[in-house]
Amino acid sequence: MIVTLSIVLPFIAAALIPFIYRYFKNIHLGWFVLVVPVVLFSFLATYIPRVANGEVFVKTFEWIPSFGINITTYLDGLSMIFSLLITGVGSLVILYSIFYLSTKESLHHFYCYLLLFMGAMLGVVLSDNLMVLYVFWELTSVSSFLLIAFWHHRKASRAGARKAMTITVSGGVAMLAGFLMLYVASGTFSIREIVANLEVVQSSVYFVPAMCLVLLGAFTKSAQFPFHIWLPDAMEAPTPVSAYLHSATMVKAGIYLVARTTPIFGGHEVWFWAVSGVGLLTLFWGSFNAVKQFDLKALLAYSTISQLGLIMCLFGLGSAALHSGYSTESVIYTQATFAALFHLINHSTFKGALFMMVGIVDHEVGTRDIRRLGGLMSLMPFTFTIAVIGSASMAGLPPFNGFLSKEMFFTATLKITELDLFSLNSIGVLFPIIAWVASIFTFIYCVIIVMRTFFGKIQPDRLEKPPHEAPFGMLISPYILVAFVVGIFIFPNVLGHYILSPAMASIYPMFPSVEDMTPHIAAWHGHINPELIMTAGVIIIGVLLYRVLKKWRPIYQLIPPSFTLNALYERVITSGEDVSGRVTNRYMNGNLTYYFVYIYVFFVALLAGYMIYADAFSWDPSKDSVIEPYELVLVFVMIMAAVAIIFAKQRITVVLLNGVLGYSVAFFFVVFRAPDLALTQLVVESVTTALFLLSFKYLPKLKNEYLPKSWRFAKVTISIAVGATVTLIGLAVMNYDRFEPISKYFEDSYNLAGGQNIVNTILGDFRAFDTMLEVVVLFIAGLGIYTLIKLKAKKGDADVESK
Amino acid sequence: MESLMIVLVGILVTVATYLILSRSVIRVIVGTAILSHAVHLLLLTVGGLKKGSVPLLGQAAAPFTDALPQALILTAIVISFAVTAFLLVLAYRMYLMNGTDDLEELGGSSDE
Repeated sequence: MIVTLSIVLPFIAAALIPFIYRYFKNIHLGWFVLVVPVVLFSFLATYIPRVANGEVFVKTFEWIPSFGINITTYLDGLSMIFSLLITGVGSLVILYSIFYLSTKESLHHFYCYLLLFMGAMLGVVLSDNLMVLYVFWELTSVSSFLLIAFWHHRKASRAGARKAMTITVSGGVAMLAGFLMLYVASGTFSIREIVANLEVVQSSVYFVPAMCLVLLGAFTKSAQFPFHIWLPDAMEAPTPVSAYLHSATMVKAGIYLVARTTPIFGGHEVWFWAVSGVGLLTLFWGSFNAVKQFDLKALLAYSTISQLGLIMCLFGLGSAALHSGYSTESVIYTQATFAALFHLINHSTFKGALFMMVGIVDHEVGTRDIRRLGGLMSLMPFTFTIAVIGSASMAGLPPFNGFLSKEMFFTATLKITELDLFSLNSIGVLFPIIAWVASIFTFIYCVIIVMRTFFGKIQPDRLEKPPHEAPFGMLISPYILVAFVVGIFIFPNVLGHYILSPAMASIYPMFPSVEDMTPHIAAWHGHINPELIMTAGVIIIGVLLYRVLKKWRPIYQLIPPSFTLNALYERVITSGEDVSGRVTNRYMNGNLTYYFVYIYVFFVALLAGYMIYADAFSWDPSKDSVIEPYELVLVFVMIMAAVAIIFAKQRITVVLLNGVLGYSVAFFFVVFRAPDLALTQLVVESVTTALFLLSFKYLPKLKNEYLPKSWRFAKVTISIAVGATVTLIGLAVMNYDRFEPISKYFEDSYNLAGGQNIVNTILGDFRAFDTMLEVVVLFIAGLGIYTLIKLKAKKGDADVESK
Repeated sequence: MESLMIVLVGILVTVATYLILSRSVIRVIVGTAILSHAVHLLLLTVGGLKKGSVPLLGQAAAPFTDALPQALILTAIVISFAVTAFLLVLAYRMYLMNGTDDLEELGGSSDE
C-alpha cells in the first residue's frame, strides 16, 4: 500500500508545485521539493532489512481487469536497489540544484518535470505489470525530453531533446511490441506470472522476437551502441539533470529491464550474445570516444555510455548461469551479475560526484572546455578532491569502490572464457582483451579529467569568470557521494549482504540459495591474481599513452565526419522530413474537392470491396410492403427533382428543387406513420429554404462549371459508385433480423415515462441526455454563426488571416 | 416498397455526391442537404415500412411502427439543419474574405 504511495507522491507534489511557487516566492523552490525524495528514501530504507530477509511486497489495484492490466506494485531486492538510487541520488541532486540554479530560472517548470520523472522512474522499477511499466517508461522519456530542453531558447537544447526523444521512444515502441508478444505467449502481463510459467513462454515462437524487441527498448534507453548518440547531446540539460537522469537513473532503466527480464530470457544464446556483446562494444566505443572530447560534460557522457556498456556486458555474462540450471558450476557465473549490480551502485556514486564537480567548475569558471581550463587545483581545492576521488574510482584504482567492481568485472570476463557453451571457447577470449583495452581508455580519460582541469597553467584570460571555490551548499551533495565511494570500498560486504544479495534472488528466482551467489568482496585476495595484473597493466599503459596522447590523437580523424552515426541519424531525419513533406503536399493540396474524392473512393473501396469479397449481397423483396400508386408518383417526383438539380443553371432553381425534395420527404414521413417527423421536416425545410434565399443576397451567382471531359467522367463515375454502394448495402440490411428489435421496450412508454407519444418519450426521457447534447450542438452552431457574421478582422490582423 | 425506397435513396446519394464534388460552394451545401434527406429515408426504410400503426399510445392499436428510428431521424433533422445553416454562414464569410466561392480558386494556396 505504502509502496504504491511512493509512486504517487512525486506526482502529487508535482501538481502542488505551481501553488507553492506562487505563495512562497522568497524561498528557493528546491527546499520544498527536497522533502519528497528524502521522505521516500528514508521510508524505503526501513524496508531494507525485511527485503534482505527475502520478503517481497506486492499490492494490486485493478485498473483494466478485463485486459489483465492492473497496477501492481512489487518491491523486491532488484526494485529496492533502483528505488534507493532514484530517491537517494534524487535527494542529493535536488539539494545540489538549489545552489546550482538561481531563482531567476523558471524553477517551477524544472522541479515539476523533475518530480514527474522521479514518479515515473519509481513507477518503472516498482511495477509488475508490463503495460503499466511501459506507460511509466515512456513517461520517463517525456520528462527527460522536457528537462533536456529546459533552456529551450538554445537550439542545441531543442535538438538534443528531440534526438533523445526520437531514439528512446522508438525503442520504447519496439519494447511494447515485445511485451505484447510476451502476453500472447504467456497470457499475462505480470512479470512474476510469466517467470512462474517459463516453459510456456520459452517454447513459444514469439520467444526470440519478443526478446529482441525488449532488448531494443533496453538498448535505446541505456544508450548502448549504436543508439548511444543521443546521450552526449542530452548533456545540453542543466548539470543536475545530467547527473540524475543521464548518469544515475534513467539510463539505467534499460539495465533494470535487462535485469528484470533475465529470468525470462537469460540462458538463451541470443540473449547472451546480444547483451554481453553489445555491452562490450559499447564499453569500448564509449571509452575510446571519451578520450577525444574537449567538453568535460561530453567526456562524462561518453564515459557514462562506456560504463553502462560494462554493466550491460556483466548482465549478459551472468545470464549464462541460467543456461544449465542450478549447479555449483553455474553459480560461478552468477558472480558477473553480482558485479553488475555492485558496479551499478558504484557508478551512480562516482559518476554523480563527477557530474556535480563538472557543474561546479562550469558554474564558478564559466566554461567546461578542457582547452581553456587548467591550474584550478590551488583555487578550488575541495572541488579538486571530488574530481580526484571520483576519477580514481572510475579508473578502477584503490582505495575506492570502483576498484572492487572493476576487479570483479575482470574476474567475470576471465571466467567466461572457461565456459564451454555458446562457442565461447573459441571467441570468448575477446571478452578479457576488449575489457582490458577499454579499461586503458577509461584510465586515460580519467587522467584527462583531473590533469587538464586542475593541473597545468591557469589561463585567466580564457575563462568567463575569475575562478574561486564553490559555495558550501554546492559541495554537500558531491561530498556525500564521495563518502560513499570510500565507504563502500571499506565495507563492501554490508552493501553486498543487505542490498545486492536480495536483488540476486530476484534475478535468479529458481536458484535455491542466495548465500551461494553472494561472494565475499575483498580488495586483496592474499595473492597476486590475474585481475590485479590486469589493473596494474591498465595503469602502466594508461600513463604511457596519456604521455604521448598528442602523437596518437590523429587516429580520431580517421573516420570522416560524414560516416559517423550522428551524420547517419541527421541524414535519416532530414530525408524523412523531406519525403513526408513532399508526399503530404502532393495529396493535401488545399482543394476541398480532392479531399471529398479521397473520402468517397475510400468509402466505396472499403465497403463495396468488402461486400464483393465477403459475398454479402442479399436481396429478398418478398417481405416488402405493397406499393401504392401515389407513392410511386412521389418517388418519381423526387427522382425528377434530384436529377434536375444537377442540370439547374440558376441557384434559385437549385434551392427550390431542394425544397421539393424536402417536402416530398415530409410526405413520405406521413405515409410511413411518422407524424412527428413530418411536422419537423416541414418546419425545418421551410426555414432552410428561407435561409438559402437569404444567403443569396450575399453570395455570388452560380457560374457555369467548365470541366475537362475526363474530370466530368470521373465525377459521374464516383457519384454512381457511391450511390450504388449505398443501394447495395441498403438492400442487404433491409430485412436484417438477426437481433430482436429493442423498440418493444419503448412501447411501454406510458408506464415508464408517463407519455403516450412514443417518439417524444424516447427523445425527452429515454434518451434525454442525447437530446440535451443535440441542443448543445445547436447552441454551438448558433455561436459559430453569430461569430462568423459579427466578427470582423481588426486592421492589424487582416494580413495574418489572408496569409 | 422498401426496395423501391432504397433505390430512391441510392439516386439521392448519387446526386448529392455529384453536387458535393462541384466547385461552387452553394452546390456543395445543397449536396449535403440532399445527403441528409437520403440518410433519413434510409434509416426509416431499414426500420421497416408500414408494418404497424402510428406510434401513439391511445390513438392507435398495436402493433406500432418501430419508434426508435423515428426518434433518431428527428434528432438528425435538427442537426442537419444546424449544419446547413452553419455552412451557409461559413460560405458567406469565406466569400467576404476571399472574394470567391470557387473551391478550386480557394484551394492550392500554400499553407503557412
